[in-house]
Amino acid sequence: MDYVIEMLNITKEFPGIKANDNITLQLKKGEVHALLGENGAGKSTLMSVLFGLYQPEEGTIKKNGQVVSIKNPNDANALNIGMVHQHFKLVEVFSVLDNIFLGVEPNKLGFLQKREARKKVVELSEKYGLHVDPDAIIEDISVGMQQRVEILKMLYRENEILIFDEPTAVLTPQEIQELMAIMRAFTEEGKSILFITHKLSEIMAVADRCTVLRKGKCIGTVDVKNTTKEELSRMMVGRDVSFSVEKSPVKCGDTVLEVKNVTVASKLHKNNAVRNVSFNVRAGEIVCLAGIEGNGQTEFAYALTGLEPQSEGSFTLCGQDISNATIRERSKLGMSHIPEDRHKHGLVLDYSLAENMVLQRYWQPEFQHNGFIKKDAVRAYSDSLIQQYDVRSGQGSDTIVRSMSGGNQQKAIVAREIDKQPELLVAIQPTRGLDVGAIEYIHKQLVAQRDAGKAVLLISLELDEVMDVSDRILVMYEGEIVGEFESGAVTVDELGLYMAGAKRQKVGEVVE
Amino acid sequence: MIASVISILCGLIIGMILLFVFDADHAMYGMKSMLTAGLSTKAKFAKVLYQSAPLIMAGLSVGFAFKTGLFNIGATGQYTVGACAALIVGIVFQMPWWVALIASMVAGAVWGLFPGLFKAFFNVNEVITAIMFNWIGLFAVNLIFANTPSVLANYYGATNADRTAALESANPGAIIPKAGLDVLLESNYMNISIFIAIGFAIIMYVILNKTVFGYELKACGLNRNASEYAGIDSKRNIILSMVIAGALAGIGGGIYYLAGTGQYTIEKSLLAMGFNGIPVALLATSNPVGTILSAIFISYIQVGGDAMQPEFAKETIDIIIAVIIYLSAFSLLMKELITSVLSRKRRASATDSTDEGKEDKQK
Repeated sequence: MDYVIEMLNITKEFPGIKANDNITLQLKKGEVHALLGENGAGKSTLMSVLFGLYQPEEGTIKKNGQVVSIKNPNDANALNIGMVHQHFKLVEVFSVLDNIFLGVEPNKLGFLQKREARKKVVELSEKYGLHVDPDAIIEDISVGMQQRVEILKMLYRENEILIFDEPTAVLTPQEIQELMAIMRAFTEEGKSILFITHKLSEIMAVADRCTVLRKGKCIGTVDVKNTTKEELSRMMVGRDVSFSVEKSPVKCGDTVLEVKNVTVASKLHKNNAVRNVSFNVRAGEIVCLAGIEGNGQTEFAYALTGLEPQSEGSFTLCGQDISNATIRERSKLGMSHIPEDRHKHGLVLDYSLAENMVLQRYWQPEFQHNGFIKKDAVRAYSDSLIQQYDVRSGQGSDTIVRSMSGGNQQKAIVAREIDKQPELLVAIQPTRGLDVGAIEYIHKQLVAQRDAGKAVLLISLELDEVMDVSDRILVMYEGEIVGEFESGAVTVDELGLYMAGAKRQKVGEVVE
Repeated sequence: MIASVISILCGLIIGMILLFVFDADHAMYGMKSMLTAGLSTKAKFAKVLYQSAPLIMAGLSVGFAFKTGLFNIGATGQYTVGACAALIVGIVFQMPWWVALIASMVAGAVWGLFPGLFKAFFNVNEVITAIMFNWIGLFAVNLIFANTPSVLANYYGATNADRTAALESANPGAIIPKAGLDVLLESNYMNISIFIAIGFAIIMYVILNKTVFGYELKACGLNRNASEYAGIDSKRNIILSMVIAGALAGIGGGIYYLAGTGQYTIEKSLLAMGFNGIPVALLATSNPVGTILSAIFISYIQVGGDAMQPEFAKETIDIIIAVIIYLSAFSLLMKELITSVLSRKRRASATDSTDEGKEDKQK
């Protein structure tokens, strides 16, 4: 068999944890090989070993049957291995062209030879249909364009083995389709692709073979055409996972949240981040605000929850005007908030789990007396939440939250915010970075809140989540609501067009 | 705790090496007297306790602000204005010691208030404001003393006009009670100030660990964003934290000069006592109870240093003490640096990049 890259019995240890335990990965020439696994399964570590960022304790790497040693990314580059990182490594203020040849600058006696480079870049982008403007500045172009620049960087260096680390996380459905086509074009030329992802549908669509990792161990390598999504997810999680969210028909009650003509100024540019947004959320429904990252959702959420002021417009919660209310007042009126960034806003990472569980409630008479915290009451409450919501940690209530896994940290936030018995639950990207099992759990909790007659506002970038969980979908594009749909009245592709700004509804038009 | 002990040992070893460099013949003797002098006589031990009281207060001040995520480098300024207020109230207004002490607390609090206000409302880094207020405080105090003849020593018949009057002659009632401790330890330096300082340390410990207020303060210090998310008024907490830190340092200035053994000398350089609060707090990892121990340690080394004369010059001794104190604190910083570098490395590797937190399980 013809393997272009073989990683044999790789073991990489970090203090206290085996990130990779005897993993073998063999990449054939001209294939798309997917690397699937939950968060923390060791995918990125394995790729970092291949890219020379880490040295494995055991195991060998072979290229075309020859043992090679990759001590740093330059070695990897010399072996024609290139990588598109999940978080792009681009110089924001440089042009596309400058970024592409950065590190391998063509020069004569130290003077840049930009003309040659430009010619090469233009040729490459035409050959693969990767259209970019070489003179555009990176910070001015879209994320999808930036990814093209990253891909062109690899092509410019004539890399033969291309590693893509979760490339689709930031793309629209249309852009994902294009990326898949580009990946196909590469393999037809004999390039080989390693594709890291935890999205099963993408693997089914584009990959030839798939290696599954779980907890640092290799579970197996399968031919994609001989397998199913269900089997892959079972290999990944170790148990059966249901993909569809079970929901009863929607029973709407009174309006809980009324958003009227809200405009929020942007901190990044002169335009408004949110422009004249109005909508309602009623009791017993899940309304989802969908959109691509950076279209004003974060700013809207900050204004709604009181973290930043809006410049115009009003919010009404349960009949009370909360436009200028403090965060504490909003919370008392029945707003719960699962924040977008659990480390920045959601948790005090160096506090214990118990202290974090009462973060929104420590001031209530239940937990304090004359200004002294009732430690026993806090602990008892925390213990009960931990049990009820199955939050797993090393030392229960005493665990320092920083040491917990991302999924359990998020579960703790969800438990805290739901147990407050809110009228309105604002959940922003509640499943970001979580694995299938935790996502399933959090979706169930959101639906349970809705079934209990609470209003839920979900802000999400994940189209699957938007389609599965919501009763009503609002699409946000460049700070405006450009579409409103009843759940089931719209396809993913259609939604993608709205999210990308290619289509928009007239004011007041609702697709039922 | 272990880290503190290790860093103290590092400091002592480097100090020892320096002693050999300066004067190899007397190095062993010098080290021995530095390490044993503090316990050699009762009077020496009294001196240790006498100096550690204001050090504890300065350490508490810095440590309390640390817990809230603020760096109170202004402890020396607050200490100075506290001393000034205590002496003015005690000597000019002839008030009893406890009134003077309260005055020192208020003055220190006011001096802490300004950096707090600037930080909370204009997001001006408290270090910058506090450093400016150190100098403003020092020269304002000098100005006040120079223009208040009735506070100076020559007003009470002494010859020098560059320092405040001795409380013994000006107002014995302003001297902090000795409660028989001076007889017990055979030293005029001894009074109840060490117990006042320990009392404040315990109060700070309770506030930080048992109260809602402490919970909020620490939450602000650890993660200002999350505390705002939880509805905590972080502006109010930043201001309060600086006010309390200032008050603690102010009391430090008060108890040192109300002991009746020291006179404030008009000088053009900032007082070291307030700055020494920084290593005290670092050594104690900002723990109020630990502050008591670390202040006593540093005071002990200083008393020991004095005993190295005349074999070693005063300046040499100061260098060695400085090396030991600052290295003690410095190696703590080093340790934190190493830990953070390690954990960053782990974060990048042990888990996939989207996952957070797991890497710290190994800590």
